[in-house]
Amino acid sequence: MKISDIVKPLELESLTEDFKDREIRGAYVSDLLSDVMANARSGDVWITLQTHINVIAVATLKALPAVIITNNRRPDDETIKKANEEGVALFKTNLTTFETAGRLYQILKAG
Amino acid sequence: MTPPKIIRKAREKGLQIIAITDHNSAENIPAFNALKYEDIKVFAGMEITTSEEVHVLALFEDYEEIKPLQEIVYETLEGAEFDDRLGYQLVVNEKEEILSFVKRPLIGATKLNVFEIVKLIHRYNGLAIASHIDKEVFSIISQLGFIPEDIIFDGLEVSVYTDINEAEKRFGNLKAPLIRSSDSHHLHEIGRAYTEFFINAPSLEEIRKALRGEDGRRVL
Repeated sequence: MKISDIVKPLELESLTEDFKDREIRGAYVSDLLSDVMANARSGDVWITLQTHINVIAVATLKALPAVIITNNRRPDDETIKKANEEGVALFKTNLTTFETAGRLYQILKAG
Repeated sequence: MTPPKIIRKAREKGLQIIAITDHNSAENIPAFNALKYEDIKVFAGMEITTSEEVHVLALFEDYEEIKPLQEIVYETLEGAEFDDRLGYQLVVNEKEEILSFVKRPLIGATKLNVFEIVKLIHRYNGLAIASHIDKEVFSIISQLGFIPEDIIFDGLEVSVYTDINEAEKRFGNLKAPLIRSSDSHHLHEIGRAYTEFFINAPSLEEIRKALRGEDGRRVL
């Protein structure tokens, strides 16, 4: 499963100019960055409401290929800039976290 | 937790400076001003919930100084009107009489992020302390993983659950000085943790100097 495979089904809007179409191994859902640092696994897509620039630092640290910000929240420009610099694929979606995670779960289990 | 009872308890515990820091509100500060006592300095404060759900303590010399920030926080609080089934958000006077019920959702978060909140606290000449950084929720570290470099806290608070030596080990490398305080939500919790300062007078300016280690003032 690649990042590009989930863009349509999860109704993702790409915020980074272009992204490396990396392999997805699983996903992690959390709004506590400390929890993500402790428990996300490399290759996970991270689904969150948080939009702070630290999100990108944590994603880089944990080798998470993509971050999806849910509920139509828009991160500020600093966060997007950092994502571009670090090569983290950053997306937003109008879907709720529940809907996003649910759809992704089905895709990953089927794929 | 009424103003006279808080003062009495603080006195009993030998505290000389306390801060009143209701969640997202400073409306209970005037009651303390109306009480007659000279042995305890009360800072006007708030524990503000940022958009990331980071708790930040805002400390000011007095009520007049915190008022503008109080207004901004009230205007930017998100959430539905407070429901009395959750309890009561009271404003009381010095005689323990109820003046009003706050209907704004004080348990919610402001739309402003932690960077913006800290900047506002400093604009109005207050001190910004990161609340209970040792806790697993509502702390800058739990919510954001680590303290962003562009956010300048005047101090970092650890809770009663972490002793100061352990705190030094865990957080001593962070840029701002550590303090330990009680985060009292009930009378019996007052004084369960405290910080000693070497200062010349019980004022916010002196505390600021102590946190910065200026003019011989320091955190003991």
